[in-house]
Amino acid sequence: MISSLLGVLFDGLAYGMLLFLISVGLSVTLGLMNFVNLAHGAFGMLGGYVCVIVMSRWHVPFLAALVPAFVAAALAGLVLERILYRRLYRGSHLDQVLLTIGLTFMAIAVATFLFGPQQQSLRLPEYLSGQMSVFGVDLNVYRMFLLAVGVVLTIALTLVLEYTRFGASIRASVDNPRVAEALGIRVGLVFQIAFAAGSGLAGLGGALGVEVLGLDPVFPLKYIVYFLLVVAVGGTSSLKGPLYAALLLGVVDVAGKYYIPQVGAFIIYAMMVILLILRPQGLVSRP
Amino acid sequence: MFKSSVSALLLAAACAAATPAGAEEPIKVGMILEMSGPFADLGRQILNGAQAYIKAHGDTVAGRQVELIVKDTTGAAPDIAKRLAQELITNDNVDFLAGFGLTPNALAVAPLATEARKPMIIMNAATSVITTRSQYIARVSFTLSQVTAPLAAWAIKSGIKSVYTLVSDYGPGIDAETTFKKTFTAAGGKIVGEVRVPLRNPEFAPFLQRIKDAHPQAVFIFLPGSSEQPIAFMKGFAERELNKAGIRLIATGDVTEDGVLETMGDTPLGVVTTHHYSMAHVSAQNRAFLKAYAEVAGNGVRPNFMAVGGWDGMAAIYEVAAKLNGQIDGDKAMEVLKGMRIDSPRGPLVIDPETRDPIQTVYVRRVQKVNGKPYNVEFEQIPDVKDPGK
Amino acid sequence: MSDARGISPARLSWVEIVFWVVLASGFWLWPKHLALASQVLIAGLFVLSYDLILGYAGILSLGHAAYFGLGAYAAGLLAQHGWGEPISGLIVAGACAGVAGLLTGFLVVRGQDLTRLMVTTAIGLLLFELANRLSSVTGGVDGLLGIDMAPLLGAFRFDMYGRTAYGYCLAVTFVLFLGARRVVHSPFGWSLRGMRDNPGRMLALGYPVPRRLIAVYTLSAAMAGVAGALLAQTTQFVSIDVLSFNRSAEALVMLIVGGAGVLYGGLIGAAVFTLAYHYLSSLNPVYWQFWLGAFLVAIVLLGGGGVLGACQRVYRMLQDRRRQTASQA
Repeated sequence: MISSLLGVLFDGLAYGMLLFLISVGLSVTLGLMNFVNLAHGAFGMLGGYVCVIVMSRWHVPFLAALVPAFVAAALAGLVLERILYRRLYRGSHLDQVLLTIGLTFMAIAVATFLFGPQQQSLRLPEYLSGQMSVFGVDLNVYRMFLLAVGVVLTIALTLVLEYTRFGASIRASVDNPRVAEALGIRVGLVFQIAFAAGSGLAGLGGALGVEVLGLDPVFPLKYIVYFLLVVAVGGTSSLKGPLYAALLLGVVDVAGKYYIPQVGAFIIYAMMVILLILRPQGLVSRP
Repeated sequence: MFKSSVSALLLAAACAAATPAGAEEPIKVGMILEMSGPFADLGRQILNGAQAYIKAHGDTVAGRQVELIVKDTTGAAPDIAKRLAQELITNDNVDFLAGFGLTPNALAVAPLATEARKPMIIMNAATSVITTRSQYIARVSFTLSQVTAPLAAWAIKSGIKSVYTLVSDYGPGIDAETTFKKTFTAAGGKIVGEVRVPLRNPEFAPFLQRIKDAHPQAVFIFLPGSSEQPIAFMKGFAERELNKAGIRLIATGDVTEDGVLETMGDTPLGVVTTHHYSMAHVSAQNRAFLKAYAEVAGNGVRPNFMAVGGWDGMAAIYEVAAKLNGQIDGDKAMEVLKGMRIDSPRGPLVIDPETRDPIQTVYVRRVQKVNGKPYNVEFEQIPDVKDPGK
Repeated sequence: MSDARGISPARLSWVEIVFWVVLASGFWLWPKHLALASQVLIAGLFVLSYDLILGYAGILSLGHAAYFGLGAYAAGLLAQHGWGEPISGLIVAGACAGVAGLLTGFLVVRGQDLTRLMVTTAIGLLLFELANRLSSVTGGVDGLLGIDMAPLLGAFRFDMYGRTAYGYCLAVTFVLFLGARRVVHSPFGWSLRGMRDNPGRMLALGYPVPRRLIAVYTLSAAMAGVAGALLAQTTQFVSIDVLSFNRSAEALVMLIVGGAGVLYGGLIGAAVFTLAYHYLSSLNPVYWQFWLGAFLVAIVLLGGGGVLGACQRVYRMLQDRRRQTASQA
């Protein structure tokens, strides 16, 4: 029984890690630029489709295909930021919501047109499939891979934010953009790069998620609630907040469904309400 | 706001005036389908099937042309479906209402069919209760109970005595679970566990683990076709090596429907399902259907049972038009439909004169590779199955 | 802050009178589209209720469909169990939804935007799952069957052409609109705007902020419930999609399209969005979503504040020009 509990916990962590990877960009955009980007899921979808196409048409191996997924989504983010989003930084949140929902609809229609409404899937390489016995517990190899990728990326992101100059510029721009600008930090450029990176990460997350979450044109709308949940519960003022929120979410969801399947779906929503009432500013908030 | 409505009215009036007087009015079939949103695949398949029939048989019956007026409900939206039906009846004067991929949309429109006395052809929606809602409804697709009961019977026959059921937590899923349990336990089988998964469920790991722990001889699942769930489940099933643990996977054919079979890779090989149609069915009608379908939808798209529903629905409509010599009257149409025999690509199909539901052969199939591609290969058949739900 | 057309709160201006008269003439102006028009009115009423909490009180919610759905089910279940009289069913439904709003109101007065958003979303999703679970009562996805409505006022049957439905929806919407207008232009209504713009200040001034927020939330929930009941009664069908997240999200979109914080924003937004949705989806059944998305983007790029915001700017521009020519004369 312990082994099945551990197995379930592990799956929950991996699932949560995937959600974190996709949502971290949303947290960055919201916290950094105060911009509500409900089209975030569309970047994930873009990454997923690019990965699937690259693999099926040009027979690129899975790991290599993750790179164009990231790049395509980052580029898309860059272009959109320049052309559209920039105009609304000072706009009301409501207008941002409408704009990004409109963009989401357009993205869904384009995906349907290009790829059809059916599910897409990809073939994982042999070394990433199946199960492996770790300390007597059967663990899914792909989920272990997801956790590993998540950990590596989180460490990398934290290093960048804490120890590089660019990271310092981001933190400065979040705290006080006007003063940062006065000090010579090109806040506009910082925003652009951060947005591109966030979108790229979403694309990477989307590509990694095809195996677990599936991929079809309605992806952005299907999972937007989960992404918002991670950001809301986790708060937007740090990386750790969304990470903990996502992991917690994954574990509670999976554990709930394992132990009390009749109540399965309720658990996340109930937990969300409780957490938000107890800590309205998010799990990890800055003083 | 009212300006656009006024101009719409003027436009409609102009169009009406533009119809040359004396030209024979076409037979109008109002297709109420889910063409966009999460269920877009349903609408697409049904429409392709209907158009394939028209392509193969010409668009004229009894001297009148057949015209499809396609309306998009945009998903599971019964209020929109009802409004579209209202508009089709009062504005477009359709002779038939057809389509209906989803049950709630069909149920909302049923009272209108009665009030307006229009024959309503259900081309896909599979819940038992639909045909009881109006005397003007005839169904050419199937019902979930109809294909589930034979599966339970087959399971017992094949020596499977213990089953764990996993279904989606909504109408059709619960229908399937109830029918399977009833038939299976009545024949002496034991249900060792049951679970209903939420509709919006991306992660099957906890459920799969529970199933593995319970050690049943087989798992019976029902998950909505055309969604990511069947694929996710089967991947999880293979990854957790439930098959190696000696657990078999049985399901209704929705899970391995022809449209998505190719995207599932090798994971569904060996899965046994029951359903009323498989692309691999060997018959002249099926060959003709596949050929016409490829012409309409292109070579890359595989037709599934919903497309056959569209095809047979049109066949029924053509038959009614032919028998009534082009003069479509609701009550007379229903008389023609009751007891109608259709030479379907799936096999023989009869519309039950009492319940207006389909009586057809249910096939037991296994997923196998034929010429390198996966198909549902039929290896047993149970003829003349009625809907046990009635 | 003044309303879009500089409306004097005491009486209806001539623009408004024309607006409502045109709507009433719908029987002659768009007789073939009464079903669509009824759905526009129902959506308009729903979004109006949403405007009260979002536009006027600043409560960001993505779960308002919970009250819409509650009202729909209340009316539907009443009718299913034999009580088919429309108006009393409407009142009961509104009361049920209002009570629900009162009970959940205390949850939404905590926290800010994002928190409220997620809490209301969670409430909406919870209710959806609950309704799905209780499908023996609610009919689940397949819906409530056997809703038979008695003729309205004993004389007008709900017919296939949607005439009775249209008149009914129009009358109810008009009455509730007048009520909302009253509320918005009262001291209570003005205090709401204060709470939206500067809650800290309002608290410092001694206003019982949470209590007032709960009050407007309750009122809004009751109104949403009435809209839901209208839907159930005029279509004689209810399924759990009335509680869906999509419906809440659509309300948000419609309100932004029309212009939040402006009384007619809800009605205009519902009309513009529903009509665009209807015409685009009938033009091209598969890819219309693209044009709808583009339409929404275009509205935002018009300059914010939705359709009525744009109208306001045009109106001001014309006024300035008139003033200029007058001063030049």
